[in-house]
Amino acid sequence: MLLTIATTHQPATELGYLLHKHPERCQTFPMGFGEAHVFYPEASHERCAATLLLDVDSVGLVRGKSSHRSRGRTHERTFDQYVNDRPYVASSFLSVTLAKVFGTALSGRCKSHPELANTAIPLEVSIPVLPCRGGEDFLRSLFEPLGYSVTSQTSPLDDTFPDWGNSQYLNITLSNTIRLSELLSHLYVLIPVLDEDKHYWFGEDEIEKLLRHGEGWLKAHPAREPITRRYLKRKREMAETALAQLMEGEDPDAAAEAAAEGWQKLAAKKPVSLNQQRMALVADVLVQAGAKRVIDLGCGEGSLIKELLQNRSFEKITGMDVSYRELEKAKRRLKYELGPMQQQHRVDLIQGSLIYKDDRLRGYDAATVIEVIEHMDLDRLAAFERVLFEFAQPPVVIVTTPNAEFNICFPALQPGSLRHQDHRFEWSRQAFQDWAKGVCDRTGYTVTFQGIGYNHPDFGTPTQLGLFKKATAHTQNKPSETVQKRDF
Amino acid sequence: MKITFPELSLVLMIGASGSGKSTFAHQHFLETEVLSSDFFRGMVSNDESDQSATKDAFEILHYVLEKRLAAGRLTVIDATNVQKEARRPLIDLAKKYHFFVAAIALNLPESLCHERNQQRPNRQFGPHVVRNHVRGLKRSLKNLKREGIRYSYTLNSLEEIKAATVERQPLWNNRKQDHGPFDIIGDVHGCCDELEQLLRSLGYEQQPAQGSPDSFWHAPFYSHPEGRRALFLGDLIDRGPRILDTLKLVHNMMAAGSAECILGNHENKLMRKLNGRNVKISYGLAQTLAEIEAIDADRREQDSQAINAFLRSLISHYVFDEGKLVVAHAGLREDLQGRGSNYVRDFALYGETTGETDEFGRRVRYNWAADYRGKAVVVYGHTPVQEPAWLNNTIDIDTGCVYGGRLTALRYPEKETVSVKALKVYREPSKPLSTPEEKDELSAQQINDDVLDISDVLGKRIINTRLYKKITIREENAIAALEVMSRFAANPKWLIYLPPTMSPVATSKLPGLLEHPAEAFDYYRQQKIKTVICEEKHMGSRVVVIVCKDEAAAKRRFAVEGEGIGICYTRTGRRFFSDRSLETELLKRVNTALEAANFWQTFETDWVCLDCELMPWSAKAQGLLKEQYAPVGVAATQGLSAAVDSLQKAVARTAEKGTAAETLLQQYQQRSVLAQKYTDAYRQYCWPVTTLSDLKLAPFHILATEGKVHIDQTHQWHLQQIAKVAKADPEILLATQHKVVEVEDEASCLTGIQWWESLTAAGGEGMVVKSIDFLRQTKRGPIQPAVKCRGAEYLRIIYGPEYTLPENLDRLKKRGLSRKRSLALREFSLGIESLERFVAKAPLRQVHECVFGVLALESEPVDPRL
Repeated sequence: MLLTIATTHQPATELGYLLHKHPERCQTFPMGFGEAHVFYPEASHERCAATLLLDVDSVGLVRGKSSHRSRGRTHERTFDQYVNDRPYVASSFLSVTLAKVFGTALSGRCKSHPELANTAIPLEVSIPVLPCRGGEDFLRSLFEPLGYSVTSQTSPLDDTFPDWGNSQYLNITLSNTIRLSELLSHLYVLIPVLDEDKHYWFGEDEIEKLLRHGEGWLKAHPAREPITRRYLKRKREMAETALAQLMEGEDPDAAAEAAAEGWQKLAAKKPVSLNQQRMALVADVLVQAGAKRVIDLGCGEGSLIKELLQNRSFEKITGMDVSYRELEKAKRRLKYELGPMQQQHRVDLIQGSLIYKDDRLRGYDAATVIEVIEHMDLDRLAAFERVLFEFAQPPVVIVTTPNAEFNICFPALQPGSLRHQDHRFEWSRQAFQDWAKGVCDRTGYTVTFQGIGYNHPDFGTPTQLGLFKKATAHTQNKPSETVQKRDF
Repeated sequence: MKITFPELSLVLMIGASGSGKSTFAHQHFLETEVLSSDFFRGMVSNDESDQSATKDAFEILHYVLEKRLAAGRLTVIDATNVQKEARRPLIDLAKKYHFFVAAIALNLPESLCHERNQQRPNRQFGPHVVRNHVRGLKRSLKNLKREGIRYSYTLNSLEEIKAATVERQPLWNNRKQDHGPFDIIGDVHGCCDELEQLLRSLGYEQQPAQGSPDSFWHAPFYSHPEGRRALFLGDLIDRGPRILDTLKLVHNMMAAGSAECILGNHENKLMRKLNGRNVKISYGLAQTLAEIEAIDADRREQDSQAINAFLRSLISHYVFDEGKLVVAHAGLREDLQGRGSNYVRDFALYGETTGETDEFGRRVRYNWAADYRGKAVVVYGHTPVQEPAWLNNTIDIDTGCVYGGRLTALRYPEKETVSVKALKVYREPSKPLSTPEEKDELSAQQINDDVLDISDVLGKRIINTRLYKKITIREENAIAALEVMSRFAANPKWLIYLPPTMSPVATSKLPGLLEHPAEAFDYYRQQKIKTVICEEKHMGSRVVVIVCKDEAAAKRRFAVEGEGIGICYTRTGRRFFSDRSLETELLKRVNTALEAANFWQTFETDWVCLDCELMPWSAKAQGLLKEQYAPVGVAATQGLSAAVDSLQKAVARTAEKGTAAETLLQQYQQRSVLAQKYTDAYRQYCWPVTTLSDLKLAPFHILATEGKVHIDQTHQWHLQQIAKVAKADPEILLATQHKVVEVEDEASCLTGIQWWESLTAAGGEGMVVKSIDFLRQTKRGPIQPAVKCRGAEYLRIIYGPEYTLPENLDRLKKRGLSRKRSLALREFSLGIESLERFVAKAPLRQVHECVFGVLALESEPVDPRL
C-alpha cells in the first residue's frame, strides 16, 4: 500500500522539512501491524515527491502475533483471511501510519519552516489502490468541496474475465493548493470513509479523533453526514452523538435532511414508514380478533413485539426466530421496553424453525408471520403449511408478504429483481391469494385479504396481508386425556 | 411380618416423630431410595427441624420424587405422613406415573416416641406434637385403602418392627429375563385353520392332546422342535369359525411352555360377560357365545368357568428381552411400558382415541406410534392393516385374517414376517383395511416423516454411530445448524449424507513447502496401512449428487414429489444450482450415463448417491471470486507494481549501491512476481459456464444404492465402477486419475511423490491420499479416511499470494491438525451413519439427526484453511 505526496512549490525539496523526512534517505518505521517506509522517488528543485509505503504483515494479523490482535478485539472481516486486500490498499492502516510517521506535519508544526507549514502550497497526492465504496462520484463529493481537483481511474477485476466487471479500487490523484497539515487531515479522515472499514476496534475516543481531525472543515462539508456515519462505521448512536457535537447550536434535523439526498433518502425512509404501518395494522387486526396470546413467527429484532407490548390486552407475546443473533438483538432491544419485572413475563423469545413441527407453537390465540414466507424456498412452503396450519393450528394466523406488482413503483429496483437479496420469491396479489386459498382448502381455515401502505390503482399496496381463521371445529383436536373404550 | 409390594411402588412410611421411620427405611431400602423430609428441610434451611422450611422442603421432595417415578424407580417417603392432606399429593404423583402405593405404618405408643425425641438434641418439642401425630396415625389407618394405597402394613410394636422383612415383587409384565425367540402372532379371531397352518409353516409340530380326556382343554396343540414359542397378541376369540379350538390350542401351548399370550379387548369383554355383567352382544361376541352355547348343557357352566379362569390369567402387556421387546394388543406408549395401572391396561387393550370421528362414523384413533421415540420394539395388533409396516420401531401385525386378509407372525429377534392367506372372508370389514401403499404409495414411516419435529434436533444431543460410538453435538452448534438447515438447506428428505471435512497432511519439513506427499505416506504407515490410493484432487466444488432412475423411484425411496429425479447439493446441504433447469439437465445426463453403463441392473437399484467434485470452481464460487480472490489479485498486482515504480525512481536518483531503497526494491520486485503467480493460480480454476457441457462432474465415491452403503469396497473398486459410467458420457463425466502406492516400498512412494509433482506442476490442486480400503478401524476408532496434499501454487489461494516468503512460511508451518482430524473423523462417522440408517429405512429423523450433526460440527471453530 502506498501514497505519494508531491509538491511543485519551490524549492520543492522543502517538502522534506515539512514532513520531517530527509529526501535523500529511505527510512523505516515499525508499526504494530508491520512496517512503514518513507522515501523520495523525486527530489528536485522543481518537484519533490515523498512516498509512504506500508508493509502490512497479513500473516501476523491472522496469526494473532501483532499487538492489535493481543487486545483480542480485532475486526473480524479484515483478519480472518490470509487472502486479503488489506496489505495492498489504502485503508485505516494508512490513517494510523500517517498519524504516526507524519504526526508533526499533521499537527501543522514545523520548527525550521513554521511559515511554510502555515502556507498553502501546491500539493498532489496519488494513491494507486484506493478502495472506494460508492465509486468515483462519492470520491468527488468528498474531495471537490474541499477544493481538490480529482482524477481517478478504475480497472477490471481480472483482464481474463471481463464479464466480472470492474474492481472497486481507484487509482487516484488529488491536487490542491493547501496547507500540508490540512491535506493530511483530509486524508486521515476520508480514506477510511471511502473504504468504510476499520482495522481496529474503536470506542468513544473515535468521535474525538473525528472531531479533532475534522476541525475547521468537516462542519461546513456538505457530505458531513455520510462522512460521520461511515467514519464511525454506521454505529448509529455514535454517529448521532458526533453529529450533535459537530453541529452544536444548529438544527441537526435540517442538516440531516440537507445531507441525505436523492433516492438514498427515499429508499431509507419508505420501508421504515411502511414497516410502521404494517406493525400498526397487524396489531389492530390482532386486537379485533380478540387475541390475548400471540406468537410472532420470524420475529427478527422484535419490532412487532415492541408494538404489541404497547397494548395491555396482549397477555403473552412469544417471538420465535431461526436466527439466534436476531433473537439476541431482540432481547437487547426489548430490555428497555420491558422495564419493570411485571412486564417481563409477557414476553418470551425462542429459537425455532418454521419447517419443523414444534409443540411449543401450540396454545396461542394467534400466530403472526410478518414478511417471513418470502425468505423460504418455495418448495419448503408445504412443510411450513403443515407445521403451522395442521400441527400448531392457532385460531388466527396473519401472514404478510410483499406484493410484487407494486415493485414497479420503486424506482431503484431493477425490473424483475426482488426487494431483498434473501427473498426467494415475491408474489403478485393473485399468487398470494391462490396459495392462501389452497392452504384453506387443505386445512380448514378461511382467509380474508387486505393491503398495507399506499394503494396504487393498478398495482395495489406494497405489502399484502392474509388473515386466516380456523373454522370453528365441532371436534376437539387434542388427544383426549381419558381413554375411550371401544371395540374394534 | 413379611412386607411385600410390587417393585414399582411408592412406599410411604407413616408414623409419629420418634417412631423409628428413618431407621426402618435405612434398614430395608437403599439410601438413595429414601426421600426424607428432614433431609430436604436441612437442604433449604440448614436446620432439619426448622418447621418454617417445611413447605419449601416438600416442594423439592415432590420434584425429586417425580423425577424418580418418571424414571421408574421405587421410592420411599420418610416423613410422618400421618395426615391425609400430606399423603394426597404423593399418591397423586404415584398415580400419574402408574406406580403402586404401599404404606408401612409404625404404630408405637406415644410415650415411647416422646421419650426417644427427648434424647435427641434437635427434637425438643412439647409432648403435644407427638400426641397429634399419633392421633393422626390412628385416624389414618382405617382409610388407607380408600385413599388408593393398595398395600398397607401396620407394625404395632418394637418386636414386630424388628422382625419385619421387606420383599419387592416383579410386576407380572416384567419378563425382561426372557429372551425368546418368539413367533409373535396377530389377532386370530377364531381362525384356527389358518393359525394351525401358520404354526406349521413356522416349523411347529402338532402334539397329541394331554391330560384327562374329560377336561375342556383336552385337545392337540403345537410345539417347536427348537424351543421357539408362539406369542399371541390377544383377540383370539369372536367373529371366526373355530373360536374355542383356538382358545384350547393357545391354552395347551402355554401349558406346555410353547406359547405366551396377552389379553385382547375381545377377551376382556367376554370375561365381563362370563362374570355376569351386562354387555352388548356385538363385534362378533355372538359367535363365541354360540360356541359356548353348543357345549353340552351339563358341562357348559364348568367349561365356562375354565375359560373364564384362563382369560383371567392373561395380562395386558409384557416387556421381554432386557426391555428390547414390548407386546400389547393395541400397542403401548414408552412411558407406560412395564408399568401397572388401569390406565396402562386400558391403553394396552384399546389404545386411545382423539375424540374425532371419521367418515365411517368410527372414532379416530390417536396414532401413538407416530410420536413413539422408545428404544423397545413394540409389536401390536388390534387395528387391521393390509401390510405390516414399521413405524418408529413399532409394528402392527394384525392383517385382518377374519376379514379375508392374512394371519401374520413376526419372528423375533429376526424381525421377519410370515403370513398365511385367510381361507375365506369370515366377516365383511366395516371399512376397507387401511392401506398406506394403496393410498399414495408411501410407507407409513414416510408419511409420518413428511415433517420433522424440532425436538429431534434442538439442544445438546448425543448421537450413537457404529463407527465412532457416541458423538456429542453441543447446543450452540445445534443452534447454528438449525438456522442453516432452515434457511438454506434443500428438502431434508434428500439429505441423506453430508460429506466430512478433510484434514491436510502433516506439515512438510522440506524448505519452501507447506505440504508434501511424504507425510501422507508416513501417516498411513504409522497406522499400519500397507496400501494407499492417491487420487487427483479436482479443484471445483464438492457436490453430493442423488440420481434416481425416474420420478417414481424418487417418490418411492425418498418420498419426494415434484422435485425431479434427483438433486445436487453442497456440503452444507444447499441446492448446488440456483438454475433448476441446469440441475435437471445435469441429472438427466448422469441418469442416461448410468442407464447406458447398465448401472441400475448391476447394482440392483433405482437410485444412487454419489460423492463428487464439480468443475469449474467459478461455477459455484463466482461470488467469492468477485468479492475476494480477484480483488486481492488486482490490488496486489497494481499496488506492488506501483511500489516497484516508485522505488525504481528513488533508486535511480542515487548512484550508491546497496542502499535501503535498493533492498526494498528487490523485495518488492519479488513480491510483485508472487502476486502474478497468485492470479495465475486461481485463474486456472475458472471458466465461463454457458451450457451444460461447460461443466465437468467427477464422482469419486459410489456412496450408497438400494440396500447397500458401499464402504466395504476398496477405493479402486469405486473408481473403476465410476470410470465405467464416465465412459458413457465423457463430455461431462470425469473419471478420477489415481495411483496405488505401497507405503512400505520406498520406490513406490517415490512414484507417488513424482506423480503429485507432475499434477501440481500442471496446475492441479494436488491429491488426496486414502487407505485403499474405504474403512479401516483401529482400537481407537476409525483412521482418517483421507488426507489431502495440496500443491504449492494452489496454496496461494488459501494462504495468500506471498505465503511462500520465508518469513511467512516459517510461521504458517506452525499449525495444529488435531482438532481438524478429530472433526474429520466425527463427521465421517456421522456421514456413514446417516447413509446406513437411510439404507436400513430408518425413520427420517434418525437420518436427519446425523446430517444435522455434521452441519452442527461444521460450526465448530477450526481453522478453515486446513
